[in-house]
Amino acid sequence: MNLDVNRIKQDFPVLQRVINGKSLVYLDSANTSQKPDSVISAMGDYYNNSNANVHRGSYQLANEATAILESARDKVAGFINANNRQEVIFVKNATEAINLVSNTWGRVNLNQGDVIVLTELEHHANIVPWHMLAKEKEIEIRWVKVGDDGHLDLSNFDTLIDGAKLLSFAAMSNVLGTFTPVKEMSERAHTAGAKVLIDASQYTPHSQTDVQELGADFLTFTGHKLLGPMGIGVLWGKEEILDAMPPFLGGGEMILNVTKEGFSTNDLPWKFEAGTPMVAEAAGLGAAIDYLNEIGMDKVRSHEISLMDYALTKLQNDFGDSITIYGPKDATERGGVLSFSFEGAHPHDIAQILDEDNICIRAGHHCAKPLMQVLGVGATSRASAYLYNDESDIDVLAEGLRKVRDIFNPN
Amino acid sequence: MAALDDLYKEIILDHYRSPRNQGELDHPAHRCEGFNPLCGDEVIVYVALNDGKIDDIKIGGQGCSISQASASMMTEIVKGKSIEEAELVIHAFKEMMDIYETELSGNKKIESTVSDIDLGDLEALQGVVKYPVRIKCATLAWNTLTQSIDEVTNTSL
Ligand SMILES: Cc1ncc(COP(=O)(O)O)c(C=O)c1O
Repeated sequence: MNLDVNRIKQDFPVLQRVINGKSLVYLDSANTSQKPDSVISAMGDYYNNSNANVHRGSYQLANEATAILESARDKVAGFINANNRQEVIFVKNATEAINLVSNTWGRVNLNQGDVIVLTELEHHANIVPWHMLAKEKEIEIRWVKVGDDGHLDLSNFDTLIDGAKLLSFAAMSNVLGTFTPVKEMSERAHTAGAKVLIDASQYTPHSQTDVQELGADFLTFTGHKLLGPMGIGVLWGKEEILDAMPPFLGGGEMILNVTKEGFSTNDLPWKFEAGTPMVAEAAGLGAAIDYLNEIGMDKVRSHEISLMDYALTKLQNDFGDSITIYGPKDATERGGVLSFSFEGAHPHDIAQILDEDNICIRAGHHCAKPLMQVLGVGATSRASAYLYNDESDIDVLAEGLRKVRDIFNPN
Repeated sequence: MAALDDLYKEIILDHYRSPRNQGELDHPAHRCEGFNPLCGDEVIVYVALNDGKIDDIKIGGQGCSISQASASMMTEIVKGKSIEEAELVIHAFKEMMDIYETELSGNKKIESTVSDIDLGDLEALQGVVKYPVRIKCATLAWNTLTQSIDEVTNTSL
């Protein structure tokens, strides 16, 4: 069954906006998704009715606030099929989650000369924390290459992973849309004795995420790309690994006891949640997960496949050699992300001209400069879709691109 | 399209398609890189200074039409000028971009001293002011040139 996109659009207040007489065509969900009413009102409800600090009050509001936070954790645990709720740690975003792992697990387990493996399609969030650690610890970073078809080139993977302590990579590229072979890579990394961190920031919004099935040791995603609010993300990790890790930030919440001599850490997951947490954001994330569960991630995914199939065909038919679309040609091998170059126009100019018609896309390096270098471009234009987009949005995009052509290549 | 026509004037597109003074200069010309982290645009300014005069200038890197056209026009106007003259042009251009030098104590605009400088083709970039994010594109090469001049004059002190 197809998604009723017209009905879904009604759930998103911002999509009702009309600017200069034109409605919004939002094609930047890989950057951040829009939020349905239910998410916004869950956050408002919390502040209107239950605002209090958590885990330390002895009155009804505080109990409600604690229940809101912890029930969101249960929802996340169910959504990604975690073994238990202790494995779900709330962080600010995916960037913080990866920094948490590099600063705690990384600092303890990686020493001079050790090897970690990344891929060329990583977001800076999964590169810079490792560069920082590599500099401090003198560890070596090896890179899995990206092939011409936008897929990872695993031909020398066994050599790269040999002797490595960690493989950290994106399950879906935020530029190419490529789904990487997560399960296979995790298995091969584990065989070689490496731990595996999966950056599922793009994957989780687009596809059913099952941490057992994917076989990772750590997995992260960020709430704001998943219909949730900005300011909350998730780090999932295997309990025994999280248990053995030192804490990240120190302060309230993360301790059992503090004396003048020292402290002892709290149990999981609070050991990694220092200070007052983001309760409203957790409420919002919980509501986002409810919303997606009600629709069904399988339907979200199949909608996206058919929409990307339409977009790939339409843009190629309309613009032929004038457009270069990066990444896999087959919609089943990619998420709802479409990066392209067009008519010798710079992405920044393309985005500006499209903005005139209220079409929101992203132009730039997408925080993936090493990948830009592989593609041989400084920047790309990127249109990215979600469950509230349909073929009419792609048609408007194509119309907008005709205007770009009229300005940059009139004849 | 009116606003867009104002932004993408033919002269700008012409400089974008056929940038002037593109390339590199060999040592001892000074090389300076500028980045716009927002969109990944990158400009490399090479200047050959001689006796306080910009003998030659070349531009490398890549970027959008606004940053490329602005850089291209900049090379045309500053080439052959003395450093002092070039600095006045830089100042005048930034004022056109609505960027004013501010006093430390407040946001009071310093009286313009450069309003009578003829910016020629560069006037075409005036449309950029309506698009605040693009001002950074238009000024990238200029800021890099300023940095370049600073670096050269400081090391030769
Ligand atoms: C693949 C990937 N990883 C990590 C991130 C970082 O997400 P956040 O900025 O929410 O930490 C992004 C977001 O752009 C992403 O696309």
